[in-house]
Amino acid sequence: MTQRITIDPITRLEGHGKIEIFLDEAGDVANTYFQIPELRGFESFCVGRPVEEMPLLTNRICGVCPEAHHMAAAKAADAVFHVDPPRTAKILRELLYSAFYVTDHATHFYALGGPDFVMGPDAPVAERNILGVIHKVGLEIASKVIQARKYGHTVVEVIGGRKVHPCTSIPGGLTKGITEEQRREILEMGTWAIEFAQFSLKLFNDIVLGNKVYVDLILGDIYTHRTYYMGMVDEHNHVNFYDGQVRVVDPEGREFVKYAAPEYASHIAEHVEPWTYLKFPYLKAVGWKGFVDGKDSGVYMATPLSRLNASDGLATPHAQEEYERFYATLGGKPVHQRLATHWARLIELLYAAERWVELASDPEASGPKFHTIPTEKPTEGVGIVEAPRGTLTHHYWTDERGVLTSVNLIVGTTNNYAPISMSINKAARSLIKKGTVVTEGLLNMVEMAFRAYDPCFGCATHSLPGQMPLEVTIHDAQGNPVRVLRQYC
Amino acid sequence: MTTKPKFAMYWAASCGGCEIAVLNIHEKILDVDANFEVVFWPVAMDAKYHDLEAMEDGSILLTLFNGGIRNDENERMAKLLRRKSKILVAFGSCANEGCIPGLANLRDSRDIVRTAFNTVSTDNVSHVYPMHSYDVPAGEIHIPKILPILQTLDQVVEVDYHMPGCPPESDQIAGVIDLVIQVLQGKAELPPKGAVIGAGNSTVCDECARTRNVKSIESFTRIWSAATDPALCLLEQGVPCNGPATRSGCKARCPSAGAQCIGCYGPAEGVLDYGARLVSSFASVINASDPETIDRILDGLPDPAGQFYRFNLAGSLLRAGRPAWEREPA
Repeated sequence: MTQRITIDPITRLEGHGKIEIFLDEAGDVANTYFQIPELRGFESFCVGRPVEEMPLLTNRICGVCPEAHHMAAAKAADAVFHVDPPRTAKILRELLYSAFYVTDHATHFYALGGPDFVMGPDAPVAERNILGVIHKVGLEIASKVIQARKYGHTVVEVIGGRKVHPCTSIPGGLTKGITEEQRREILEMGTWAIEFAQFSLKLFNDIVLGNKVYVDLILGDIYTHRTYYMGMVDEHNHVNFYDGQVRVVDPEGREFVKYAAPEYASHIAEHVEPWTYLKFPYLKAVGWKGFVDGKDSGVYMATPLSRLNASDGLATPHAQEEYERFYATLGGKPVHQRLATHWARLIELLYAAERWVELASDPEASGPKFHTIPTEKPTEGVGIVEAPRGTLTHHYWTDERGVLTSVNLIVGTTNNYAPISMSINKAARSLIKKGTVVTEGLLNMVEMAFRAYDPCFGCATHSLPGQMPLEVTIHDAQGNPVRVLRQYC
Repeated sequence: MTTKPKFAMYWAASCGGCEIAVLNIHEKILDVDANFEVVFWPVAMDAKYHDLEAMEDGSILLTLFNGGIRNDENERMAKLLRRKSKILVAFGSCANEGCIPGLANLRDSRDIVRTAFNTVSTDNVSHVYPMHSYDVPAGEIHIPKILPILQTLDQVVEVDYHMPGCPPESDQIAGVIDLVIQVLQGKAELPPKGAVIGAGNSTVCDECARTRNVKSIESFTRIWSAATDPALCLLEQGVPCNGPATRSGCKARCPSAGAQCIGCYGPAEGVLDYGARLVSSFASVINASDPETIDRILDGLPDPAGQFYRFNLAGSLLRAGRPAWEREPA
């Protein structure tokens, strides 16, 4: 009897994700389908709009990481007008972006990824969430997390004009600067953020790395895939979130390609499947070989872990120390174990906080020249930033008035669609075998395959119970449900 | 044991920004927890469609519904939540007026898919497109159907209150939560059904600190093309600012940050059609009487449809009827 397991809905993908698992007659997993059931059509309806509106329109792709779209759109619009924003504007954009990263990464760790480790993968379902974490580690830590969110959003508002959907980036720079007083306030908050990031790493060190069971889980095979890794780097091959070149390393960690934004389409292509609204990006030079890993498959990953793998280090001192400890502990580069992404994310959190302070320390941050008026004829431009969940590419074509004639977007999480699908498949195959009694534990193990990637839109769960609600229904061959398993917060 | 009133929040075709705005009320979220039993909120807790279906009709006191109705799953959820909820609030711009994704109504909905699956980086020589129902070796799998136009919540079900904004400002959300808690404690009364809540009754201009001199303009100015005076009305400087037609409630955040209002709080009190009001506001500042000059000035607005209906297309008077390509010949 063929069995079908449906996981619907998974809610950390904008509430609209679905997994179908098919078992063969022996009871082993035959195949899995991870479906994205939504398409809103930004690439279509943005055509005809003035290009300067893109930092405002594309914010609305994702209200969880609008800062990423705002920045990618602003950079693409700069490129369309062939204008280089003044240094003050670049500092402020990256400063806003660094503060956003602190907020975003911190909340993922405490609300989404952390509970599996702080509480344990087998902890009672009712405790395996942010409330359980607060209960266990204390309200004092919870208030630190709230503080980190508040400070991050304050910086976004001071520079970007609003807490959600910032509005100040325009072609050539910004609509406003900041005062010297605001710069000092931002600097002070950044200094606190560094301490918070170090505290978070210590917590991870004590709770996770100090526990052999967790270390074995991280290093185990269930959550391991050997793929290519992507991340943006500066001229020293250090990670940069706001600007640089996109570097890809192969599964052995050797540089495979390094490209500037305008060349992206020579290196990345997107595969189409008829059973989902999302495409599967892959490396063009290697080719689409299906949902498989290894050097001969063009599947790549773009996450905190892949950014560390694709770089030669981090540009700030404390984060660099942590980077070195990361690879020394896990046996060298690259690290293929997806669960190590949680650690990598905290190292990036520290880098973002240090970068925040570095940028806010620059007196030019409060300088008077925050905009260069574009003078050249608008044509075509590509803008790339590292969104927390992957490399984000915006590509625009305009007419001579700067009105869009075509738009192409490759969004953060999209990069990881194939690897996430593979991780789900591997977790399912490893966990569901002939004769296996499907337990609640299975649900959390499937969940953990996802959670390492921090699927976008899911970071919306910034501060409440960090449970990926799952329901597994096992149907018989006639489609009648024979068993339903649920987990609750 | 007293049972707390039930609360739900759901997202249809949306970006998640409304949820972030709710979470940004910080410690106030504990008041929600103290006064309500949260029974359905996919972003924050376990949320099963069939759990919802099993609840008694009308058993949820308050549901905040954000997102537009883009596909048949959104529509199904709107109808289900309407049935289960005593008070259904259209929360945020998407649910109220379609928001940015509503601009898709300017096009054939099939174009959404065709465009996305034929971009420069898409490898699709054999023209594969997503299918509602698809046969895989072991069975059939499904994804929702995209509907011909994006609809607002009140075009699909009856709505009790409207809370505008993209997203609604967090202090406005906190204010509404306080009000509902007071109502529960018998200290306040609910506003009349159909009211706009969590927003002001005037326009963004009324909240804007910039000086207005009732001057007129000789041309429109793109925001990137000139330095603007931070103390003077943007529209008077030629920047197409949507403040005059847009409802107050945001403290004029964008104009305060040097950017034009783009209209995310929707039509101001008493405005029947957002775009029509904005057209008349812009017309009133254009300093010209001969058609040629007027045309030249209007050419400075490269995208009138987007300018006048950026957030409001799906909710505007233009929404009437089915899209042209779906209509039967007369």
